[in-house]
Amino acid sequence: MDISTFIQQLINGISLGSMYGLIAIGYTMVYGVLRLINFAHGDIMMVGAFSSFFGMSVLGLDIYSSVVFAILISVIVGVLTDKVAYKPLRHAPRISLLITAIGISFFLENLVNVLFGGTPKSFHAPAFFDQTFQIGSAIFTPLVFIVPLVTILLLLLLLTLLYRTKYGIAIRALAFDIKTVSLMGIDVNKIIMYVFIIGSSLAAVGGVFWAINYPILTPYMGVMIGLKAFAAAVLGGIGSVYGAFLGGVILGFTEVIFVAFFPEYGGYKDAIAFVFLILVLLFRPTGIMGINFEKARF
Amino acid sequence: MFPLSKTNLLKLFLILSIVLFLFVAQNNFNDYTIRILNNIAIFIILAASYNLINGVTGQFSLEPNGFVAIGAYVTALALLSEDMKWELFQLEDPHPWILALHLDLIPALFFSGLAATIVAVFLATPVFRVRGDYLAIVTLGFGFIIKVIAINNPEFTNGSIGLNEIPTVINLYWTGGLAILTVIFMLNVIYSKYGRAMKAVRDDEDAASAIGINTFKIKTLAFGTSAFFEGVGGGLLAILLTTISPDLFTFFLTFQLLIIIVLGGLGSMTGAVIGSVIVVGGMEWLRFLDGPLFLFGMDFGSHPGLRMVVFSVLLIIIMLFAREGIMGKRELFTLFKRKGKK
Amino acid sequence: MILEVKNITKNFGGVTAINNTSFSIESKQIYGLIGPNGAGKTTLFNIITGNYKPTSGDVFLTGTKITNKKNYKIVQDGIARTFQNIRLFSSMSVEENILIGFDSKAKYTYLESMFRLPRFFSHEKQIKQKAHEIMEFLDILQYKKELATSLSYGSQRKVEIARALATQPKLLLLDEPAAGMNPNETHELAQLLFKIRDHYNLTILLIEHDMKFVNHICDKVMVLDYGKTIFEGKIEDAVNDEEVIKAYLGDFKHA
Repeated sequence: MDISTFIQQLINGISLGSMYGLIAIGYTMVYGVLRLINFAHGDIMMVGAFSSFFGMSVLGLDIYSSVVFAILISVIVGVLTDKVAYKPLRHAPRISLLITAIGISFFLENLVNVLFGGTPKSFHAPAFFDQTFQIGSAIFTPLVFIVPLVTILLLLLLLTLLYRTKYGIAIRALAFDIKTVSLMGIDVNKIIMYVFIIGSSLAAVGGVFWAINYPILTPYMGVMIGLKAFAAAVLGGIGSVYGAFLGGVILGFTEVIFVAFFPEYGGYKDAIAFVFLILVLLFRPTGIMGINFEKARF
Repeated sequence: MFPLSKTNLLKLFLILSIVLFLFVAQNNFNDYTIRILNNIAIFIILAASYNLINGVTGQFSLEPNGFVAIGAYVTALALLSEDMKWELFQLEDPHPWILALHLDLIPALFFSGLAATIVAVFLATPVFRVRGDYLAIVTLGFGFIIKVIAINNPEFTNGSIGLNEIPTVINLYWTGGLAILTVIFMLNVIYSKYGRAMKAVRDDEDAASAIGINTFKIKTLAFGTSAFFEGVGGGLLAILLTTISPDLFTFFLTFQLLIIIVLGGLGSMTGAVIGSVIVVGGMEWLRFLDGPLFLFGMDFGSHPGLRMVVFSVLLIIIMLFAREGIMGKRELFTLFKRKGKK
Repeated sequence: MILEVKNITKNFGGVTAINNTSFSIESKQIYGLIGPNGAGKTTLFNIITGNYKPTSGDVFLTGTKITNKKNYKIVQDGIARTFQNIRLFSSMSVEENILIGFDSKAKYTYLESMFRLPRFFSHEKQIKQKAHEIMEFLDILQYKKELATSLSYGSQRKVEIARALATQPKLLLLDEPAAGMNPNETHELAQLLFKIRDHYNLTILLIEHDMKFVNHICDKVMVLDYGKTIFEGKIEDAVNDEEVIKAYLGDFKHA
C-alpha cells in the first residue's frame, strides 16, 4: 500500500478511534468511581444520536443546536439513571448493580424502539459534511479531521477539569477511596452526578459524530459500539482518561487497518475489540496505562 | 444406596406427578399449549443452569445466548443427514467435517453440551484468573462473536441463511424429562461440597480462599456446568424450532433468563422453575402489548416493542424493591425445614 | 519448629511495611504478635497465609518452604486463620460453614456428587460426623442449623474458630480473637484456646491488643513496631523492655 493510502487509513482510524474514545471515557470514569460497568452507557450514546436526529427532523434545529440538544437529553438520561437506579443500590451487592445496569440498557433500547418505531432512521447531516477533498491519492471528508480535533480539545478540557479544579480532585479521590472521601465532608453523590454528566455529554457528542459518519440509526446501535468502547477503555487502562482515548485510537486504527489489509475477513472486524479484551486479560490486566485500583482486601 | 426418608419420598412423589402431567399433556392438550409447555421445559433447563454461575456462585455472566447457539448448531448439524446438508447449504459446499458429523439424538445433545463446555473453559480461564468483574462484558461480547463466526463460515453453518428442516425427534417427554434431570443435577451439586464452595465464593471470595477453596477452579467448574446444560438446551431448542439462524440467539434470550432467575430468586432452583413458568407464560400473555391497544375505551395505537419495555421495567423494579425474588436463596423443601432468621 | 519466618521484608510502593523481620514458633506454643496500631501485624499474618507475597525473605512450615505459594494451597498444607472482623459465610448455616472447612478431606468428585454415587454419601456422612464432633467440643451444637450470621458475636467467633479447625491445621492464626469481648468472655476464650491447643495438638499464633489476655495465654510474644521486631521473649520481660515502652508510649527520655 502506498504512503497516501496509509495516511488515509491512519487518519480514518484515528477518527473512528476518537469516537470510541469519547464513549470509552464515560465507561472508564464511572468504573473508576463506582467500580460499575455501566452497560447503559453505550445506549446513552444512542440516545444522543437519536436526540440530535429528533432535534433536526422534528424540532427543526440546525446541526449545532441539535448537538447541544443531544447533550442535554443524554445528560438528563444519564443523571436520571444514576439517581433512580444506581444510587439506591450504592450499598447493595455488586451483582445487583450490574443486573440493574443491564435492565436500564435494555429499557433504553426498547423505549427508543417504541418511540421512534422499528425502521432504521436516516440521519441528514448538512451538505458541508459531504464535501470531499484530496491529498495525494487519499480522499477525505471534513468529519475525519473534525472528530479527532474536537475529541482532543474535549479531552484537554476534561484533563484540566480533573487536575486543576477542586471538582476534578474530588472525582479522582473518589476513584481511590470512596469511604474516606465521604468522611471528608464531600457530597459523594453530587460528585458522582458530575461524573455521569461528563460521561453522558461526551457520549452524546460521540453519538452525533457517529450519526454523521454512519447515517443509519437503530435503537440497538449503542450495544456493539458500547462493547467496543469498553474494550478500548480496558485496553488503555480502566480508570484512566488518557487510557480511554488511547485505547479507543488503537482499536479504531486496528479495525481500519485490518479491513484494509484483509478485506476478505471484513466480517470479523467487530471481533477485534473482543480479541483485545482477552489479550489484555491474559497479558496485562491493568491495561496500557496500568492503573491498579485493587486495595488490600484483607 | 438411596436413603428412604420422608423428604425423599416426597421428592419421588413430586417427580412422578410431573411425569403423569406430561403424559396427560402430551395426549390431550392442543398444539399451542404443548408448544408453550415445551418452551417452559427448555427455559427451565436454561434457567437452572444459568442460575448456577450467576445465582449460586455469584459471578455475573451474560453467557447463555452464546452457548445456546453453539448447542443448537451442533445438534442441528449432527441430526441432519448428509443429503439434507447438500440441499440446505447454498452459500458454499458443506465442509467434509460437517458432512461426516452424524449422531443420534442423545450423543448429539451430549456433544452440544460438551462443545459449549470446552468453549466455556477457554473463555473463563483468562477472565477468572484475573478480574471476575469482566466476566459479564466478555460473555456479552462472546454472544456477538458467535454470531459473527456463524455468519462468516458458511461452509460450516450455512452462514446467515441458517439451517432448517431439522428433524423433529423429541416431544414433551424429552423436554420435560431433561428439565427434571437438569434441576435434579443442579440441586445435587448445590447440596454437596462443590455447591458449598460455590456459595462460599459468592458470599465472601477472600474468606473462601482463606479456608482452602481454589476459587478459580470452583468458578470454572460452575461456568463449565452452566455452559454444558445451556448447550443441551440449545440443542433441544433447535429441534423444537426446526429452523435456526445466527440472529436467532440474541441477547434477548439471555435477558429473559436473567429476569427468570432474578424473579425466582438468585440461587434458588425452585425459583428458576417458578420464574420460567411465570416469564414464559407472561411473555405469551403480554403479546397483546405489541399489537393494537384499546384501553378504557381509548385507542392507544400499536406499539411493537412495548412488551420488551414492560419487561425491562419489571427487572429494574425487582432489583430496586424485591431483590430477593420469590424464593430468595431457599428451595422448596427448606421452607418446611429451616429455622433461622435473616 | 512449626513455623519459621526468616528475614521477611514487605514493601508497598514506597512504604516499607515489614522490615527484615524474623521469628520462629515451636510446636504447641501459643505465640503472641503484639505492637502498636499500624505496626504491620496483619500484614505479617497475610504474608504467612500467602495473601501477600513478601518482597524478600522466606516462610517455612515444619521445615517446608511455603513462601509465594497460593493461599488456598497453604491452607491445605496446614495453616488456618480467622479474621479480625469475623467473616462467616452469610447465606449458610453454622453446620455448612464448618463443613466447608472439612471439604478438602471429602474426596468425592464433581460427577459423583451430581449423580449421587455411593462415595458421595459415605464421605458426606464422615465429614458431617467430624463437624458434629467439633461443634460439640466447642459447645455450639445447638446452633447447628441456624444461619451462621444470626448468632451472637461470641458464638460467631466460635464458629469461625471451628471452621478453621475443620481444615485440620498444624498452625492456627487468630487475628484479634478477643476483640469486642468483656473480661468474662475473654477468660472463656482463653480457656477454650487452651482446650483446643491440647485436644488438637495445635500451635497458635495470635494478634492481640488485650494485654491481660496475652499475658494469660501466650508462652512467648514478639513486639512489632514500624515493621521491625523490637522484642521477642516472655511477656513479663517485654513489659520492662525500654524499646517496647518507647514504641507504645513514646520516647520519654528525649521528649
